[in-house]
Amino acid sequence: MKSTRLSSFAKPLRLCAFAVTGCLALAGLAHAAGTLGFDDARHLLNRTSFAANVEDIHAFSRLTREQAVDRLLGWSGKPAANPPPPWVGEPFESPRRFRGMSEESRKLAQRELIQKAFELQSWWLTEMLTTPSPLTEKMTLFWHNHFVSSQQKVRSPQLMYRQNLLLRRHALGNFGELLHAIARDPAMVIYLDSASSRKGEPNENFAREVMELFTLGEGHYGERDIKEAARAFTGWSINPGTGEFVFRRMAHDDGVKTVLGRTGNLDGDAVLDILLAQPQTAEFLVAKLWREFVSPDPDPAEVKRIGRIFRDSGYEIRAALRALLASEAFYAPRNRAALIKSPIDLVVGTLRQFNFTTGEVLPFVLAANQLGQRLFAPPNVRGWPGGEAWINSTTLLARKGFLERLFRADELKPMLAAAMGGAMDAPKGAARLDDGRARFMRAMMEIRFDSGRWLAQFGGEDASMVERVLLAAAPVGAPASGAQGMELIRQLTQDPVYQLK
Amino acid sequence: MNRRDFLNTIGAAAVTAWVPAAAFAQRTGGGYANLLVLVELKGGNDGLNTVVPYADTEYYALRPRLAIARDQVLQLDARAGFHPSLEPLMALWKSGELAVVQSVGYPGANLSHFRSIEIWDTASGSREYLAEGWLARAFALAPPPRSFAADGVIVGGAEMGPFAGGGTRAVALADTGQFLRQARLAAPAGQARNAALNHILRVEHDIVQAAAGLNGNHAFATEFPRSPFGNAVRTAAQVTASKAGVAAVKVSLNGFDTHGNQPGVHARLLKDLADGLVALRSALIELGRWNSTLVMTYAEFGRRPRENLSNGTDHGTANAQFVLGGRVRGGLYGLPPGLSRLDGNGNPPFAVDFRDLYATVLERWWSVDAARALNGRFTPLDLLKS
Repeated sequence: MKSTRLSSFAKPLRLCAFAVTGCLALAGLAHAAGTLGFDDARHLLNRTSFAANVEDIHAFSRLTREQAVDRLLGWSGKPAANPPPPWVGEPFESPRRFRGMSEESRKLAQRELIQKAFELQSWWLTEMLTTPSPLTEKMTLFWHNHFVSSQQKVRSPQLMYRQNLLLRRHALGNFGELLHAIARDPAMVIYLDSASSRKGEPNENFAREVMELFTLGEGHYGERDIKEAARAFTGWSINPGTGEFVFRRMAHDDGVKTVLGRTGNLDGDAVLDILLAQPQTAEFLVAKLWREFVSPDPDPAEVKRIGRIFRDSGYEIRAALRALLASEAFYAPRNRAALIKSPIDLVVGTLRQFNFTTGEVLPFVLAANQLGQRLFAPPNVRGWPGGEAWINSTTLLARKGFLERLFRADELKPMLAAAMGGAMDAPKGAARLDDGRARFMRAMMEIRFDSGRWLAQFGGEDASMVERVLLAAAPVGAPASGAQGMELIRQLTQDPVYQLK
Repeated sequence: MNRRDFLNTIGAAAVTAWVPAAAFAQRTGGGYANLLVLVELKGGNDGLNTVVPYADTEYYALRPRLAIARDQVLQLDARAGFHPSLEPLMALWKSGELAVVQSVGYPGANLSHFRSIEIWDTASGSREYLAEGWLARAFALAPPPRSFAADGVIVGGAEMGPFAGGGTRAVALADTGQFLRQARLAAPAGQARNAALNHILRVEHDIVQAAAGLNGNHAFATEFPRSPFGNAVRTAAQVTASKAGVAAVKVSLNGFDTHGNQPGVHARLLKDLADGLVALRSALIELGRWNSTLVMTYAEFGRRPRENLSNGTDHGTANAQFVLGGRVRGGLYGLPPGLSRLDGNGNPPFAVDFRDLYATVLERWWSVDAARALNGRFTPLDLLKS
């Protein structure tokens, strides 16, 4: 059985019990002028890395804001390290193959598609769990939620994988290049109906969303601009044999168009350049990054300032992030604990925070799905709405239940084992039906959390330090006095504040 | 930096932001003595084979294999008849408690399950993306009494659908007993410090209040069907039996996406539906609630009139829906399916906007300002007894 060690950022976990406890105890009291100190380092790492572990907090606490951001950005933009599912390299399977299939083979193909979608989700989640550069994953996810495509419509896990590689390659690169690349990305071409857009019958879907959701935002263009831009993107299609982008000259409208006041024989790339030339585009993107990393309410003056830095840099994403993550607002007290963890933040963050050892990651894929974040399948072209929409009675109870099961895994194991034993005795047909459930239970049995080792970082004593690492603000309900060990961890992770970052 | 200090400062403002909803509730809520039960037929029910236009030759031309034979149909009038599986509903039809609304849809119909149900849930236009469900908007406008266990309860499934967003107090549960056990993880909490935490605490509070208000152990004489839908109906009845009220309950029946081998599957689903609705009526009569309950079915879309090559049907548009209850004026509403006026995709035009039905619920059932809740004027149907 392949096991995955959920590593901390830099190196295998180094127990700090002896070396660092002294520093931890002092961390809250004082730190060198201009350096982050413990709480600010935790805040930066927690917002950018799913979770902040003690060792990294300690290392970052000695850096200035600028040094800390540069170190984070220096680690970012890495290719994926885990092997993708084997079928990504197989010859392209067109989603069109479903047409004209018999009911029987359609069902079979459908089931295979669902299976592959799970494998793809598992691959990405594994990458998030094990990467030494969580910011790369967070930004890839950010762009997945910005340039939305969904497997539900694209129906090609291969194309969704290729799109993920594209997003990943540009995740901390240049936004202009990313925009030009995503416009000809095959999954996007299918998702926003460019594939069927031709001269004389332009489909407006991509043209509308590229302005409304990808660059300018609502209210900064007119219906006329959409109609004209749609003509410019006609002929951008895919080759159904290879799944690759093709430009169909015969389907392209090469007449004169006017978009946002610029007139000419514009093609799709020219339209994208017109959009990139608008200052509004930089500000729209910075506001969205703000809501991801800083707070639900972007500060208009700061957005303008950072937008200018972003545009002046030629849309270098690192330039925008550097300015954002070193800003006063990022560290302002009012913006602490102001964001709600996404399901991925909660699931990946918790597993990373506590150095869980896992076997198969499928249960965690399913957990994130159940909590409302299905990777490769955002609900619609606007992506996951996020923020308060993550939490309703169902998802809150599911979040608490997930955490409860994680930290009671040892108590649950005998019950799981009994249930699995029972399943083995069941008649053959029933056992086969429950294959998925058996895999799930087996994976739950493989979860390991070494609480003794984890708590040893804190010298085994200081409950307030555990709290300070796990929570972005003081808990709503103070842990019962004398609570320690697993009980302390359970109480803190069940506190509503654990849902915040 | 001292975290606790700043949190305490923020606290005062956040807590006051929490108060108005409660204050509002004192003034409204009269209409919510009337209960709404939504029944979602997931996957897109084939309205044409549910309410069969058995006098229309186009119907038999489009469905050489799938059409319900004229002599099988349970006749409602000279043109429309029920699928034979709906036999249990005939008693309600005859007693005038069942309204059948034909050709319900919306302009620019979307054929994606996900998008179209979102349009129904949020009562949006087909190119409009709204974050809040239509019931959430209605409840924000006219909050149900705070003494209710919840504004809405979703039985089965985790999606909040029409209850999503806003300050709606909605809980989802599969079974009242199980919910009460899970709810142990939620704790009544103290002070809110910022908007995000405020939201979480409010949801947690809703869970605790719902758990306190739902008893889940009423002994019904009614026999509920032994099926997932029968269980959902039983849970809905249990929720209704609780002492603390709710304004709306939603149940679902899955499996209507009948692209292939439709006849057997659809017949079974419709039987499930009919048996469940009859049990629900019986349970509500036991509780003395049938006259204060409105049950409404809906689905993301109907199915294509022309059958496909797999003995099934693909995604369509306009559809037939049911409205039933002790105060419903039974009969046929809307227009028969326009099978001679199919669009480019082969789908029929709609005659009744689904938001007209929503307006009926809001204005006529609850006395809520429908135009404001639905962001537009829609025409209520005259299907309730005064």
